[in-house]
Amino acid sequence: MSQEQEKNYLENGEGFASWFFTVDHKRIGIMYLWAIGVFFIIAAIASFLVRFEHLTPGQTIISAHTYNVLFTLHGSMMVFLFIVPGVAASFGNFLIPLMIGAKDVIFPKLNLYSFWLYLFGAAVFMIALAAPADTGWTFYTPYSIESGANVILITFGIFILGFSSILTGINFIVTMHKLRAPGMTWDRLPLFCWAAYATSLLQVLATPVVGITLLLLIGERYFGLGFFDPARGGDPVLFQHFFWFYSHPAVYIMILPAMGIISEVMPVFSRKPIFGYKAIAYASLAIALISFLVWGHHMFVSGQSKLINVIFSVITYAVAVPTAIKVFNWLWTLYKGSIELSTAMLYSLAFIFLFTIGGLTGLFLGALAADVHLHDTYFVVAHMHYVMIGGTVFGFFAALHFWYPKMWGRMFDEFKAKIAFVLIFIGFNVIFFPQFILGTLGMPRRYFNYAPEFQSLHQLSTYGTWIGAAGFILMLWTLMRPLPGKAPGNPYRSLSLEWSMDSPPGTFNFDEIPTITEPVYNYGTKIEEES
Amino acid sequence: MGFFDVTSKVLKSIAYPSEMVPSIDTEDDGHHHFDHETEHSGAKLGMWLFLATELLLFGGLFAAYAIYRAKYPDMFQHGSQNLNVVLGTVNTVILIFSSLTVAIAVKAIQENRIKLVKIMLWITIICAAIFAVNKYFEYSYKFNLGIFPGTDIFYSIYFAATGVHMLHVFIGMAVLGVLLRKVYKGKYSKDNYTAIEIGGLYWHLVDLIWIYLFPLLYLVG
Repeated sequence: MSQEQEKNYLENGEGFASWFFTVDHKRIGIMYLWAIGVFFIIAAIASFLVRFEHLTPGQTIISAHTYNVLFTLHGSMMVFLFIVPGVAASFGNFLIPLMIGAKDVIFPKLNLYSFWLYLFGAAVFMIALAAPADTGWTFYTPYSIESGANVILITFGIFILGFSSILTGINFIVTMHKLRAPGMTWDRLPLFCWAAYATSLLQVLATPVVGITLLLLIGERYFGLGFFDPARGGDPVLFQHFFWFYSHPAVYIMILPAMGIISEVMPVFSRKPIFGYKAIAYASLAIALISFLVWGHHMFVSGQSKLINVIFSVITYAVAVPTAIKVFNWLWTLYKGSIELSTAMLYSLAFIFLFTIGGLTGLFLGALAADVHLHDTYFVVAHMHYVMIGGTVFGFFAALHFWYPKMWGRMFDEFKAKIAFVLIFIGFNVIFFPQFILGTLGMPRRYFNYAPEFQSLHQLSTYGTWIGAAGFILMLWTLMRPLPGKAPGNPYRSLSLEWSMDSPPGTFNFDEIPTITEPVYNYGTKIEEES
Repeated sequence: MGFFDVTSKVLKSIAYPSEMVPSIDTEDDGHHHFDHETEHSGAKLGMWLFLATELLLFGGLFAAYAIYRAKYPDMFQHGSQNLNVVLGTVNTVILIFSSLTVAIAVKAIQENRIKLVKIMLWITIICAAIFAVNKYFEYSYKFNLGIFPGTDIFYSIYFAATGVHMLHVFIGMAVLGVLLRKVYKGKYSKDNYTAIEIGGLYWHLVDLIWIYLFPLLYLVG
């Protein structure tokens, strides 16, 4: 036993079965990371082809139907296979027990089952690609009822994926309630954990609603239930209400964990305590709460009542408040800090910049008059990609670099990683900034063809994908080829618990459960000087 | 570990989902590192959260019910008159009774009265089976009348809601069956009854949902 404990979690057991049947939260986190990474790449290739198609008006390389299939594939895969489970399941699994001072999550087996369910759901989703859906990731009725594609199978796959995320959410919530180390009070909990807690709440409370929605959609196709069919007295807008009641909170399932990552990276590389710890923590909960009340802003032009529109518009503005609180607190954390521009920090700074653009353009769309003009245009596409890539994916990349030494026990080449960052940052903006302009000029989203006067902006956007892809490949190349030598336990002089052990950690994390006596972010204070 | 070992291990774990619930008879593999009290209260909190998700799942159906009943009050009144109130009432009584028996089972295991636990779990499972049989007759009677899902919105809601509920009855039967099997194997005692308690919680939810479905569907005529 004692010899086993000296092995780190990566070395403890070899071969397929030692991973596939593990109940070690760290290994499960790593498996999620690989799985979501693969789906991210497949979905990114689909979007690459979609953009390539737009080099010229009319057909460039693919047919209109293939185009519909590819953007549906891109959207649904990115949403349901990458970004919703994404950061929470991979880094959440890896980090939460380490950060709260526990040896594992509270239901280790359930954790493994969640991962299997995820794989099973993904497999069903992939089988459905035999007759791929062309409905867009939102599966709006009536087209999703009439489409000849495998809508039943793909929605069933998403239903299973939802089950997986519910179980993961329950696991995290109970873990954080029951397994915090002595002295790890709620107001000492790392902000990543707070964000994961809010995310888990959303997963638990919102996912069942999309579950029943998709079940009803399946019933609609299979039995002709008629809930969403006006010919039978049903209402297609009801589907939209159900769908967005889940899918708007889901937006925060996607972004909150990334916000947690930024809150961890900022103080370490500013060498300052995080500014407004409580405000950031409670803002996560406030975002989670308000996000349940704003779904109607996706439906301003669906014919719902004007009064409802106004109410949803006002509440949508309200959700910007806790979000802005976070952004200002991060900026204040930087103020007069001793800033070190590591790769993880660069991604975090880019997050603040891009997420702010994404968030503010969201307010344009939350404003009734502007939304009527911008609804279903490229402006919406650009807005959500600034939030989802500029926000979540940049946060995810920050985490990949920041916790790299802890996960793999090696260091990477910071210089190459920074070049990759610059390429990704430029590429991203070249892709999506022109789309804001295209949208305001009236270019509708999801259209195969476009008017010739839009060609130059479309081409610019397509060139951006080439720069971004080059950056992404360089990033992967850099991370796949770590520097020789073992990483130190705490290369960034971080004060949080996960850095207090060897890199990579042993299978059981802590030889002895630690007792916490100080707040997490005491950078630049007496305690740090002592250590 | 060869391919067949891996496959059989996967199948085994799918066949016995009750093992998803951590139990203290699992050998100490280092990941079950907390005391029984934490495990017990943790499992209960987890189950309550899961029940919340179940309520939200049915919440979608209840929302659809509210909207369409407001829109088509006559259709709901008329449709409801065609439902068999007697069978519905019998099923309601059966489910409420089965909630009592499962509650007795939970109390009995805490007092280590294993035999009583077995009897109560058997009665609960039999009640669930009777419920299912009644439902089968109700459905086939409707089909004979030419009433199917999709006949009108009311019957769509009727079949969707009772169908999803029926699925939960079957899952509940499976859960209770697995628990019963483990009781026979002597796995539970007054020091280890978490699984029975949270299994019982799940069964109460199945009962609770029906208590709402019954008046909303059968008694609005």
